[in-house]
Amino acid sequence: MQKKSFDRIGESLFFSELPNGLHVQVIPKPGFAVSFAAFATNYGGAHRRFSVDGVMQDTPAGVAHYLEHKMFDLPDGDNALALLSANGADPNAFTSSGMTAYYFQSTAHFEENLRLLLHFVSTPYFTAETVQKERGIIGQEIRMGEDDPGIALYYGLLRMLYARHPIRDRVAGTVESIAQITEQTLYDCHRIFYAPSNMALCVAGDVDPERIAAIAEELLPVERAPIPKADFGEAEDLLPLRQRLHLQMPVSAPQFLIGTKLKAESDGPAALRQRLVSTLALRTLVGSSSPFYTGLYGKGLLNRDYDYEADFTAGTGTVILGGESPDPEAVFAALQEAVAEVARSGLDRDRFSRAKRASLGARLRGLEDFDSLCIANAAGVFNGYCALDALSVLETIGQGECEAFLADALAPERLALAVMDAKGGS
Amino acid sequence: MAISRTEIMPGVWLSHLHTDKFKTACLSVNLLTQLKRETASMNALLPYVLRRGTSLYGDMDALSARLDELYGTAIEPVVRRIGEIQCVGFFASIPEGDFLPGRENVLRPACELLGQLLLSPNTRGGLLLPAYVDSEREKLIERIRSRINDKRSYAVIRCIELMCCYEDFAVSRFGTEEDAASIRYQKLTKHYRALLQSCPVEIFYCGRAGEKEVIRCLRDAFSTLPRGEIDYDIGTDLRLNALESEPRFEREEMDVTQGKLTLGFRLGECMEEPDQAALNVFNCLFGGGVSSKLFVNVREKLQLCYYASSLIDTHKGLLLVSSGIDFEALEAARDEILNQLAQIAQGEITDEELNAARSGVASDLRSLMDSQGELEGFTLSQTIDGLDYGPMELAELVEMVTKEDVAAIARSVECDLIYFLCAGEKEDDDAEEEL
Repeated sequence: MQKKSFDRIGESLFFSELPNGLHVQVIPKPGFAVSFAAFATNYGGAHRRFSVDGVMQDTPAGVAHYLEHKMFDLPDGDNALALLSANGADPNAFTSSGMTAYYFQSTAHFEENLRLLLHFVSTPYFTAETVQKERGIIGQEIRMGEDDPGIALYYGLLRMLYARHPIRDRVAGTVESIAQITEQTLYDCHRIFYAPSNMALCVAGDVDPERIAAIAEELLPVERAPIPKADFGEAEDLLPLRQRLHLQMPVSAPQFLIGTKLKAESDGPAALRQRLVSTLALRTLVGSSSPFYTGLYGKGLLNRDYDYEADFTAGTGTVILGGESPDPEAVFAALQEAVAEVARSGLDRDRFSRAKRASLGARLRGLEDFDSLCIANAAGVFNGYCALDALSVLETIGQGECEAFLADALAPERLALAVMDAKGGS
Repeated sequence: MAISRTEIMPGVWLSHLHTDKFKTACLSVNLLTQLKRETASMNALLPYVLRRGTSLYGDMDALSARLDELYGTAIEPVVRRIGEIQCVGFFASIPEGDFLPGRENVLRPACELLGQLLLSPNTRGGLLLPAYVDSEREKLIERIRSRINDKRSYAVIRCIELMCCYEDFAVSRFGTEEDAASIRYQKLTKHYRALLQSCPVEIFYCGRAGEKEVIRCLRDAFSTLPRGEIDYDIGTDLRLNALESEPRFEREEMDVTQGKLTLGFRLGECMEEPDQAALNVFNCLFGGGVSSKLFVNVREKLQLCYYASSLIDTHKGLLLVSSGIDFEALEAARDEILNQLAQIAQGEITDEELNAARSGVASDLRSLMDSQGELEGFTLSQTIDGLDYGPMELAELVEMVTKEDVAAIARSVECDLIYFLCAGEKEDDDAEEEL
C-alpha cells in the first residue's frame, strides 16, 4: 500500500487500488480501542437509471435502500447483523441518495468482523418470500417518515429546487414503487453496483493496513467489472421551480429550510475545493458566529435548532440552511440582505480569518469521529479526491473565492423557502 | 488511562484524565442540584442565559468572535437529568495546541472564558439582563414544546411522566412550560447566586495537559466562585413496585400514521443492590440491539412492529420498551413484548443470546474510552452514584454475567404503565366535543 503523511495534523493514510478495482483506504489510529470499517458502494437512491456496457436500464425508486435491508440475509439462514453483533461488533448500514454503506465498529476480533462484513456485502441471497416479507417493514419505514416533519420539509425543498434529478424523491421510494421490486431486481442491481470496482473499503483504527488489503483481496471477486454509469437526466438549470412552499403538520413551532442548488464540480480537486469554499463561505456568512445568526437569535427569530450545510451527492450540490422560527419570511429576508451586503462590499476581513481558524478547529475535531471520517473518505474515492487533504487545501482558500460563491449561489432568484407551519396549534 | 479526582476548591471536584489520543481536549463544568419541579426550569435556563454574554464579551457576537479566535473552541450549555439530580453547566471542546499553527496553547484562555461564562455574566445593577432572560425563556419554552416533534421519543417521555406522576422524576430536564413561563430576571438572578454558593461542582477534563496545569488554569478561572455551605444532600428516590396491581393504560391521540407503544416498568427489588453489569446485559439481551429478543422476535420474526427496543435507567430503576406499530397491533405487540420478558424470567436464554449481549455491552464500554463526550457522561454518572470503577473494569464484570443473573432481573421487573400514542378516530362525535 502507498502511504501519505499529514504531519501537521498527526495523521497518515494508507491506500491502494486492488486489481479488481476496489479502493482500500486505511487511517491508522494508534491507542484507540475501537476500529471502524465501512464498505461502501457508489450507489444510492438517485441511481435509478444507468447504463452498463452501453445498455440503458430503468429501475423503480427505492432499490438501493431495499437492497441494503436485504443484504444482511445469508444463504444458510444466518443474518449478518446478528453474526456481527454476536461477535461483539456494532454493525449498521445506511443508504443516501448517492451512496450505500455497510459498517461496523468493534473493540475485539476486528479481522473476523471485517471478513464477515466483506463476505455478507458480496453475497447476495434473496428469495421471493424474504423479499416479499421485507416489503411490509420498508412500507412501515416509509410511512414513519411521513410523520416526520424534518423529512417532509426536506423533500418539499428538494422538489422546489429540482425539476427532474432523482434526489428529489425519497431514498426509500414509495409504497407503490417498492411494490415493483422483485428478487431479480435486487440480484441485478447487486451484480452491477456491488462489484469491487464500484466500491471502497475505508478503515480507521489501531490496525495493520497491509492485512486489510490482503483480506479484501482474498475474499472479494478477482475480476474487474465495468463501472455502471448513472443517468440523472438532463442537467438542471440553476433556478428553482418555485420559491415558496407551505406544509402543515403538528409541530411545536414553524420550521423552515432555505435552499439553493449549485453546479457541482466533477473533477476531483475542484470538487474538494468547491466543498471547502462553500462550507467556509457559509460559516462566515451564516454560521453560529455570524451577525446574520446572532442578530436573528437575539431578536428571537432563530434559536439553537439551526444548521446549514453544502451537500454534494449524486452529481448535485445543494446549499440548505434552516431551523425553527416564528417568522421564516423574516429569516429569508435577512439572508437576502446579508448576501446583498457581500455582493456590495464583500466579507469582513477579520470575520473571514476567524471563520478560517474556527473551521480548522472543527476539522481537527472531525478527525476523532471514525464514522464520518471513513464515510468522507469513501465519498472522496467516489469523487476523485482525498478527504484528508481538506485541512491543507482549506489554508489556501481566499476571501474572494468565498465572496464570489456567496454572491452567485445565494442570489435572490436562486433561493427557495419551504415552511412547515404548525397544524392544530397549541 | 486512569481518572484522578481532586477537590480543587471547596465542593469543586476535578476528574482528570490524561491522554494523548485526541486532537481536541474536553472540559465540562456541572452544577449539581436536586431535580424539583419548582426549580427545574430556572436551573435549565441558567446556562443558556449565561451563554449570551459576559462582562468582558457582552453579547453573542463578541463571545463567538472570541471562540472563533480560539480555533473554534466550542463552549455549549448542557442540561442533564441523572436520576433525580439535575446537572447544569457547560461542555467545552478545545483544540490541542500541538496541532495548531505555532502550537498555540488555547487551554488557558478557554478556561478563562469558561470561568467568565459561569461567574461574570453581563449584568446591569448586579442583575442578569432582562432581554437575555426573556429571550432565552421563550426559547426554553419552545424547546419544551418541541418534544412533540419526534413522536418516538415523545412517547417515551409521556410514559415516564405518567408512570412517575407522584415522583420528581416526572419532571423533564428542562422543567415544565408553566414554570418556565413564570421566570423573570430578578428571580433568576437570585436563584443563580444561591446555586453558585451551594451546589457541588463537578469538572471533567480529558486531554494532553497534566493535572497540575489544569488545576492551575481552573483555580485562576474560578477564583471568584463564591462558596457557602455545600448541599451534598441530593439523591434519587427509588420506587421498586408498580403503582397499581395491574399495569395502568394510557392512550393519547394525535395526528400520526404509525402508533407508538411504550411500556414502562419498575426494575423492582434488584435495585436494592443494583448490579450494573447484569442490568446492562439484561437490557441488551431484552431489547438493546439487533440481536436482542425484541428485535429478533417481535420485529424480525413476527413483524409486529417497525422498531422495538428497550432502555434502562439504573439511577431511577426504570425499564422502558419503545415500539412503533400499526394501530390495530396494540394487543398483539404488547403481549409479545411481555412474553419475551417472561421468557427471560424463565431462563429461556440461549448461549448465543447471552454471549451477544455480554460482548455487545463490553464492547460499548471499551469503546467509551475512545470518545471524550461519552467518557464525560459516564464519569459524571459514576460520580453521582458514588462508584469509582471505570468502563474497563465494568466491561470485565460484564463478561462474567450469567443467565441466572439476567433471569433474576427479568423476574424482578414489574410493568407499571402502558402508553399508546395513536391517531384519533375522526368520525367520533365525543372526540369532537372535547375540542
